[in-house]
Amino acid sequence: MIAEAGLAALWFAAALAALQLAMAWIAIGKSKSDHPELIEGLSYSSAEKGSASTSSARPEIVDALMNAVRPVAFVQGLLVLLAMSCLIAVFVRSDMSVLLVAENSHSDKPLLYKFAGAWGNHEGSMLLWVTILGLAGGAVALMEHRLERRTLVATLGAQAAIALGFYAFLLFASNPFARLDPPPPDGQGLNPLLQDPGLAFHPPTLYVGYVGLSVAFSFAVGALVTRDVGPAFARAMRPWVLGAWIFLTVGITAGSYWAYYELGWGGWWFWDPVENASLMPWLAATALLHSVTVLATRDGLRAWTIMLAVVAFSMSMIGTFLVRSGILTSVHAFAVDPARGMFILALLGIYIGGALALFALRVGTVRAGSTFELVSREGGLVANNLLLSVILGLVLIGTLYPLVAAMFGVQLSVGAPFFDKTIGPIALALVAVMMAGPLLRWRRDDASALLGRLTVPVGVAGAALIVLAALGGGIGVLPLLGLAFAAGLAAASVAPLWKRNLLRAPLFTWGMVIAHLGIAVSLAGMACDTAFKSETLVAARVGVPYHVGPYTVRFAGITPRIGDNWSALEARLVAQRGDGAPFILRPQSRFFSTPPTTTNETAIATKLDGQLYTVLGQPDDQGRWQLRLWWKPFVTLIWAGGALIAIGGALSLLGRLRRERRAALREEWA
Amino acid sequence: MKRALVWLPLGAFALLFAVVASGLVKPADRTVHSAMIDKPLPTFSLPAAVPGKPGLGSAMFHQGQPRLLNIFASWCIPCIAEAPQLMRLRAAGVPIDAIAIRDTAPALQDFLRRNGDPYERIGSDRDSSVQLALGSSGVPESFVIDGQGRIVLQHVGDIRPEEVADIVAAVRNAR
Repeated sequence: MIAEAGLAALWFAAALAALQLAMAWIAIGKSKSDHPELIEGLSYSSAEKGSASTSSARPEIVDALMNAVRPVAFVQGLLVLLAMSCLIAVFVRSDMSVLLVAENSHSDKPLLYKFAGAWGNHEGSMLLWVTILGLAGGAVALMEHRLERRTLVATLGAQAAIALGFYAFLLFASNPFARLDPPPPDGQGLNPLLQDPGLAFHPPTLYVGYVGLSVAFSFAVGALVTRDVGPAFARAMRPWVLGAWIFLTVGITAGSYWAYYELGWGGWWFWDPVENASLMPWLAATALLHSVTVLATRDGLRAWTIMLAVVAFSMSMIGTFLVRSGILTSVHAFAVDPARGMFILALLGIYIGGALALFALRVGTVRAGSTFELVSREGGLVANNLLLSVILGLVLIGTLYPLVAAMFGVQLSVGAPFFDKTIGPIALALVAVMMAGPLLRWRRDDASALLGRLTVPVGVAGAALIVLAALGGGIGVLPLLGLAFAAGLAAASVAPLWKRNLLRAPLFTWGMVIAHLGIAVSLAGMACDTAFKSETLVAARVGVPYHVGPYTVRFAGITPRIGDNWSALEARLVAQRGDGAPFILRPQSRFFSTPPTTTNETAIATKLDGQLYTVLGQPDDQGRWQLRLWWKPFVTLIWAGGALIAIGGALSLLGRLRRERRAALREEWA
Repeated sequence: MKRALVWLPLGAFALLFAVVASGLVKPADRTVHSAMIDKPLPTFSLPAAVPGKPGLGSAMFHQGQPRLLNIFASWCIPCIAEAPQLMRLRAAGVPIDAIAIRDTAPALQDFLRRNGDPYERIGSDRDSSVQLALGSSGVPESFVIDGQGRIVLQHVGDIRPEEVADIVAAVRNAR
């Protein structure tokens, strides 16, 4: 029954999405702009001409339609949430008569993984995706009051159009509620790599980020439809972009740490297509976040901001598609099915192609915003946007290049060497711009005054460079520059707070300072790990001590362990640093019976100055065990930096919302 | 100029769409093809890996007789599984040389004592440099090399019992 109820909720939600789209379409087509001066003298498209003649007809019906779009969007969000809850319920109850549960779950699984297993597969994760899309639409309907009504209705219409396609995909090509008759006695289990607390949080977080960008996309489409691009629109869009961006940041950071400790490869970023798929929307959203500020504050970069909003969500959809289709080799490709791939590709063609065509048709009618000097806050933000776009382009090219090469019959893969070499220098240039950007004034600034303000940060960077070059001989150029730039950026990022009353500085300034500081911290972690890590790979004998970095690790023995749904061999490693107190690490080689898989459970000791990372591998026939030991100095800074970036974003969001509420209150009192 | 420019994003997306669609219609061939076939063996000279057995240089493969070059290591478990097949190849008259990857003499001697020794020569490649030059990414791998130092076949992974006949045929045909 629960499965059928879920399916019914999904159908109803799809029907409401169709209704929402139709209502928005008719209402927009039949209504005149609330601001007729906006479209005065602009070229109408042929469709508009037709509707313009009938626009005076029945204004009260148009009004009723416009008012009804909000509640429909809200109920649609509730219904799809109900469908998702039903799927979680059948997973938690281990209802093996549901095909998806039988294929991806097992009654012995711990409760958390039954819960998370609902989205640890293709159909469930798509349903989660659509759920968040529906909820985002509902949230816009409920909370968005700044936008002009026509633009809001067009936005909700665009949101419904996206939802409709993905509902169709679920209902016709990926039904998560399909039954299995007769039901099997038990399920096939969840991929053990996914049986990790991280899975419960990582996909939903990332999806909120991905799909949250759909709101920005719909805002852009709505604004193009009603030709209402300006500071008010930017201020309305900004919190949604910021919110999605915070979740993306958290999702990527958490995903990176998950890959680091769960896969046991000792790395934190592999340039895997799916990692790139999450990085690309983040890059676009980061650029959007900065350009939307220019639009909100100075009414500049109108067309560019719209473009970025379209690109950001397009990248999310392309990311989803790359993950699902299996056309690129990736650890995340769990639904290698060309028919589904075609379906999603068609949706992508319609949405992205449609939005870009609308952009091309309409952007000429968006009047140019205000202009600015090259050396100004706007100029810095444009440089930020350009560099981020170049990085985005490089990641996209690197990710898709194997596909292009395959068209010409050449087989190749693009990996870390390409990305490190091309993106490293540009990222450093971006960091340099980041040092200067927040110290620039809006509209116009003086280059020599800027250099004066940059004296301390540049001095710090230079000093760091000299000290490191003198002490740490033999580290590569990129890590060396990375560390120096990180030091400079750390100094520059707190500069906006110098000589200010810290309590009176606005919250969003604090947000920017902390987010930029987070980039510096993260960069320092990456550079430290690359420059100073040490690795020992041995066929270890019991009782023998091995050395890695400052540590001596003695292999004390192997003991068997039994868990809920796994058995393991666990090594006992006694680690000691110099004459310090010894401590014990227990890496495991775990065996899962359903499905039969072996995983390596790393054991990691986190110290103030880095992590000792140990992995137990296979035994050989002479009683030796593969043992991998890494000493990774300051590697934790990478994720600490990521957390700071997200905290900065959250403070900024809070600050903006608070300021807006105060402004609204002032208006009411005035 | 500006009119054309606004269509550029759509054009770029159309291109992207075409690339991805073609990737869907024609799934990529994921079998790894050796890039080393018909290429000359890189020049190398490796010291002896175990006492009493000569080291290995690329000159050995220019003497007119096809040979099998096996890349292995004492720490490699599939190499143990492969050892009986190498012994059969040796019995079938295939001359076999080896490059031992990141290995030590005592460990190698132990390995050969346990699993048999089909090799005429074993070169020691302590830092995998020759292995990388050969385009080999792991152990075990085997190359059939004709008498003129040209690579005829690259076999990735251990040689299975059913593959012995193919290897023998490849060595025969390389003559």
